[in-house]
Amino acid sequence: MSVLSIERLSYSYPGAARSALRDVSLELSAGELVVLAGASGSGKSTLLRAISGLVPHFHGGEITGRLVVAGLDTRAHGPSELAFAVGTLFQDPETQVVMGTVRAELAFPLENRGESAPAIARGVEETALALGIGHLLDRSTNELSGGELQRVALGAALAGRPALVVLDEPTSQLDPVAGDELISLLRRLNEDADTTIVLAEHRLERCLPAADRVIAMIDGEIGCDAAPPEFLRWAASGAPELQTPGARLLAGVGLRPAVGVKPARAALRELGLLPSPPEAPEPGEATAGGPAPGRSARGRRRRRRDSGPAPALALRSVWHELPDGPAILRACSLELAPGEHVALMGRNGAGKSTLMRHAAGLMRPTRGKVHSAGRVALLLQNPTDYLVHETVAAEASSRSLATVGLSDPAFAPRNPRDLSGGERQRLALAIVLDDPEDPPAVVCLDEPTRGMDRRRKGELAELLAAMPAAVLVATHDPEFVASFADRVVLLADGAPIADGPAAEILSGGTYFATETARILGGAGGALQPEQGIAVLDTTLRAEVIAG
Amino acid sequence: MSYRRLASPLHAARAGAGCAYCLALACAALLADHPIELGAVAVAIAGAGLAAGVGRELRRAALFALPLAVAITVVNALVARDGLTVLVRLGQLPVLGHTDVTLEATVYGAVLGLRALALILCGALYTAAVDPDEVLRLFRRVSFRSALTATLATRMVPVLVRDARRLGDAQRCRPGRPPSRVALIRAASTGVLDRALDVAAALEVRGYGSAHRPPRATRPWSRHDVAFAAAAAAILVLSIASRVAGVAPFHAYPSLHAPAGLGVLGLGVALIACALGPFADRRGIGR
Repeated sequence: MSVLSIERLSYSYPGAARSALRDVSLELSAGELVVLAGASGSGKSTLLRAISGLVPHFHGGEITGRLVVAGLDTRAHGPSELAFAVGTLFQDPETQVVMGTVRAELAFPLENRGESAPAIARGVEETALALGIGHLLDRSTNELSGGELQRVALGAALAGRPALVVLDEPTSQLDPVAGDELISLLRRLNEDADTTIVLAEHRLERCLPAADRVIAMIDGEIGCDAAPPEFLRWAASGAPELQTPGARLLAGVGLRPAVGVKPARAALRELGLLPSPPEAPEPGEATAGGPAPGRSARGRRRRRRDSGPAPALALRSVWHELPDGPAILRACSLELAPGEHVALMGRNGAGKSTLMRHAAGLMRPTRGKVHSAGRVALLLQNPTDYLVHETVAAEASSRSLATVGLSDPAFAPRNPRDLSGGERQRLALAIVLDDPEDPPAVVCLDEPTRGMDRRRKGELAELLAAMPAAVLVATHDPEFVASFADRVVLLADGAPIADGPAAEILSGGTYFATETARILGGAGGALQPEQGIAVLDTTLRAEVIAG
Repeated sequence: MSYRRLASPLHAARAGAGCAYCLALACAALLADHPIELGAVAVAIAGAGLAAGVGRELRRAALFALPLAVAITVVNALVARDGLTVLVRLGQLPVLGHTDVTLEATVYGAVLGLRALALILCGALYTAAVDPDEVLRLFRRVSFRSALTATLATRMVPVLVRDARRLGDAQRCRPGRPPSRVALIRAASTGVLDRALDVAAALEVRGYGSAHRPPRATRPWSRHDVAFAAAAAAILVLSIASRVAGVAPFHAYPSLHAPAGLGVLGLGVALIACALGPFADRRGIGR
């Protein structure tokens, strides 16, 4: 049975020079879990908004073709009517949660449908249980963390038991643990309730194993519509930027791409290519990514202090204790050497953003000290907050704009808010770097890759690599960390629990590890596909010699 | 300051009963003239706040209300021309002219200030202890869209406060000369409009555009619902009856008349007992 039918749909936003969607046709059956892939600006979000009826009813613009959701034609039915059939979840949960308490939020769509009081009570209860948010029902929505808020927004989208659920990058603000939990939850809802799910995501390695089908958008058109293994084969030639790291690794040694870590390991094991995992450490010996925080990390820091130049940034036993609240940082100590590139990882609420604010002097420690060798430039999570002028040229000097790759004269007269997400990020970076008389000793970036596609992340990694200052980046994205960081600090409960070279920290775990490292079991400290291919080549050569 | 569900009898009571209770206390503050009666109402409100576990919220409100109460007292003492008992002769003052500070004007100003303090504390108690969603649900059956607008406004205040704080932090991160206020106001306004658009889109996809009138929810009356509704009724009856019967007579001008007899003392004790009585029963207050 078809839940969604799209016939030759084309759409342009009001005043836009080019179409956001071009001649899109597809059919979705009940119970499918579909991943929508594509670079930023490829039309994923617009397609999701067309399915939920916001395009064209809310955004306006010109539309041709036909889109029918659960028997309702979007030309005749607006988003409010379609809400009975389509549950929608956008990227930012903050603006999707509209009521004061979680219970009221879950009840809201059911009340709008005119359900009876007992049906509303039952719907709220069942949704809360399904999403594991029963304990939050009476909490105020203003008190929830980002992950909790995202779950509540998902609950509101699911409360009416819609036949189709569309989600636009729902994991972009979540840590790897919460992101994986959300994907598992979606898979369970899809299996238990036969709900059709369309999920737009950039981190394909995270969600492809759960998908039945992948639709890749390229410049507003469907480039590929296939099962995940076929999609990966197509991506190898059709859209290399959409390949998962695992697929690139297997392709590098001449194997067909596999979806997920387990099949990739199986493929390598079949050919005898899977390297042996690192040997178990002797008691008392530090493990990779394990208890590095203890003696080894302190020893490393001491060695650095004894031998190297003065640190660019030093936090010494910094505490941040909220009045009548918890301690966000607990005796947190961290040093950055000049020119060192460090990634700060950890779950939502671990204290990463607070640590950065202390580094930049936006907060004062309740105990402990912060020293820096010079100015600390801080780029906060939302680059739009930095943009206050009418033109790009007024925001930063031409020299600073050139540093971040915005030297093209076409940018200068544009309104900063009209730039794409990646361009806004670079402009905000230009703003915080922009002081020729006082260049920063440390550059801190808080979650700079949220909602970025792989190409833009690559560009940002190159930009950071070229910076002479020490760089500290808080991120949830291990693949991005592997591309720029020398060192990784893992933060939990307000204090570092692991601190070491990226190859050590990112190859030793599950959640804070790259896909390549997980496939190879941490062998050779390989984090990126190219490094993994080199490790596999070595294994292959050793086998040839032995054979 | 915002509502948070705590384990207290007032939080456990239905919003209708909580509303009626706070409204009754506010009415008592408005009806009372005698300083003892008014003081008893203020004590009752403060006691209710402490018993409901929202003492910190009330203290914060008091920090704002006390200077206001003092200001009202001082202004009335300076501008009122009535009263026979002169405390201080200030002579000829600019703008105010010939000024004598009288005992009557000072006491009357203090009564006005105390009333303002009681009303502000009562508002703080309501904000911190009565579920706004439940209150608005009561009104949604009457005017759905107005009630939802009020809900959204309540919800968006902390969101916009956080946005403003973020914007401020981002501007502190800019090196060099800070941008002009006009530029900042423009950026903040644009941010608010963006937020509004996002919220409007979220409302649409939750089915708000074709919303029906919400159903009447039937919920059995708990011991706390009954206790607070009864307390509200008792406070109102006491206040109105004492006013009609003249139990707590008070007039400030031309000379102060505020007898502190057994009647007014009894009234004060009764008001406090009625207000705090429902807090004695703490069974079933958690969730």
